Amino acid sequence: MSSFKIFDIAGSGMNAQNLRMNVVSSNLANVDAVSSSIEETYRARQPVFKALLDQANRRSPAVGVQMTGVVESQAPLVREYAPQHALADEDGYIYRPNVSVVEEMANMISASRAYQNNVEVVNATRQMLTATINLGR
Amino acid sequence: MKLDDVFGIHEEALRLRARRSEVLAANMANADTPGYQARDFDFQAMLRKEVQQPVRLAATHSGHIRPDHGIVAGTQMGYRIPQQPSLDGNTVEVEREQTEFSANALRYQASLRFIDGRLRGLKMAIKGQG
Repeated sequence: MSSFKIFDIAGSGMNAQNLRMNVVSSNLANVDAVSSSIEETYRARQPVFKALLDQANRRSPAVGVQMTGVVESQAPLVREYAPQHALADEDGYIYRPNVSVVEEMANMISASRAYQNNVEVVNATRQMLTATINLGR
Repeated sequence: MKLDDVFGIHEEALRLRARRSEVLAANMANADTPGYQARDFDFQAMLRKEVQQPVRLAATHSGHIRPDHGIVAGTQMGYRIPQQPSLDGNTVEVEREQTEFSANALRYQASLRFIDGRLRGLKMAIKGQG
């Protein structure tokens, strides 16, 4: 029955938002991970979403979502003069990640709202199907 | 009264409602996908078309299975016009999809209720008691 496809679609949405939440928590956890060189410093990561095309039915209008990869932010790192710091390089500088806490918090709220939306879709569909199963009782 | 016609329009309506909830669920799942364009179809127009001139595959043999009609082809799908287009080309407006989805689910249940009523009526007629 085609209605079970909704569970796949909403499930793919929940999965994608869950992965996005993981990336956000990784960014927030590493916000103070300073280092002594540009290469070693953590950079903010962002997931890339893509509509999942149905291989069996390419013209199907109802498609799920998938995460195709993670990109690192190219924003400049924060260079800070701190000669007392244990990780300072020979010139006395440390490098902080380019994670924007405000941006990540907004991202987190957006991800959790989108997740809840998909949960609501699953609940509503489950009610619809339960009513259909109980038809004529 | 033919037993096939007992449920009237609600059989087709139910099928189309299920199909529409799939499309709306896909829109919500792709609420954050860059470049995704929200899709939908005109339920009333589809239902009218389905009832007036249903597209059926020709059954030339008694063993042919009646195909699943009520399938919405890609050409009958429209794209939603966003009220506030976003920079990444995504046209899903979650609030709108949510309201459409819950209205659709409610109407699905309404059609179910009608079918259920018909079934109860038939049962009563068969048993001859309430």
